[in-house]
Amino acid sequence: MMPERFEVISRRQDTADTWTLELERCSGDPLEFAPGQFTMLSAGGRGEVPISISGDPDHPGRLVHTVRAVGLATEAICAAEPGRVLGARGPFGAPWPVDQVAEGSEVVIAAGGIGLAPLRPAILWLLARRERYGRLVLLYGGRAPDQLLYTDELRMWEERGMEVLVTVDSAGPEWLGHVGVVTRLVGRARLGGEGTFAMACGPEVMMRFTVAALRDAGVEAGRTFVSMERNMQCGIGHCGHCQLGPTLVCRDGPVYRWSELAHWLDIREL
Amino acid sequence: MRTIDELIGSAPVFEGLERPHLEVIAGCGRNEHVDSGAFLLREGEPSERFFLIRRGTVALEVRAPGRILTVETLQAGDPVGWSWLTPPYRSRLDARALEACELIGFDGVCLRGKIEADHDLGYQLMRRFAENLVDRLQATRLQLLDVYGHA
Repeated sequence: MMPERFEVISRRQDTADTWTLELERCSGDPLEFAPGQFTMLSAGGRGEVPISISGDPDHPGRLVHTVRAVGLATEAICAAEPGRVLGARGPFGAPWPVDQVAEGSEVVIAAGGIGLAPLRPAILWLLARRERYGRLVLLYGGRAPDQLLYTDELRMWEERGMEVLVTVDSAGPEWLGHVGVVTRLVGRARLGGEGTFAMACGPEVMMRFTVAALRDAGVEAGRTFVSMERNMQCGIGHCGHCQLGPTLVCRDGPVYRWSELAHWLDIREL
Repeated sequence: MRTIDELIGSAPVFEGLERPHLEVIAGCGRNEHVDSGAFLLREGEPSERFFLIRRGTVALEVRAPGRILTVETLQAGDPVGWSWLTPPYRSRLDARALEACELIGFDGVCLRGKIEADHDLGYQLMRRFAENLVDRLQATRLQLLDVYGHA
């Protein structure tokens, strides 16, 4: 499957090593996608990487990606100024099951670091249909205040009816918010427990402990979903590099129901 | 107006304690108010008190050359201060109010005396404090992993 050409329309630096790019398809209709899906993104011969789509699924005219520069390919993507052309294949992967959230349900979204990017489409999707749900709660953790994403949007999400709790691992005295790991926010959120729908994304260690904290708060594993990462190469279930137990993350994930995944994560060698 | 034993009974760290025990603990406590920026505890100073936050936020801070680092923030329902429990009874961190706080301040010397006299009370308190400490130790270990710092 060949990459399609997408032009960089805007480029915004979010943190010291993270940029958000808005892209437009050079020909054809906008790329429709579901929250939680990803594309294989490339920048002219520097390699191809799986990057979650972080835009609004109800407005797919711009393909939005939030990218952390951690290697050759991502550094090249992050350096792409408006007018440059990037390659994108997709969208791929199993999405967040936002359409399965029952009316009136409480929804908790737990994000760690750049893990907020794959959850942003789900948040926007839910907020666009706010009247259907009970409490919408975002628990967001980051390393430090200057490494938080979408800080200008967090207040807007609160105004649209989402409870937003933010914490950082460490801070100076100028930070007046929470300091501590995101798992500590689970107790503070005073979730309803039974019937609560949960979605989590972030470093795998953070997700494991957050899911454990959610379970202690009464959120069922069958109603908890996470977005996993493994070394993806083809993105279309052929190469096998992203195998996780009997599944392929690019095809059967990246979003998994926790009750179906937990057993495999208990196996250290995987 | 609620009494101190009624106020502390709803805090997670005292949850499930029987009324007589709550009354004994409350006998060592009093309502307090601190302004924003006030220190509840200072690193290295004698620590014979601990607090239960009723309203407000308290930061646990560590001083380093040229900077102050906040390692954790505590909110309503959280206890502040463990050094009153074990020798040498000196605070290990600064605890500073980030906003005006309503607290219940406890006399640690008073409570240590009550625990020595009533070992059942001592067990019940220690079990609850141990749970709180385990929870915060696990959180601290996660912070040490610096999970967001690695791709």
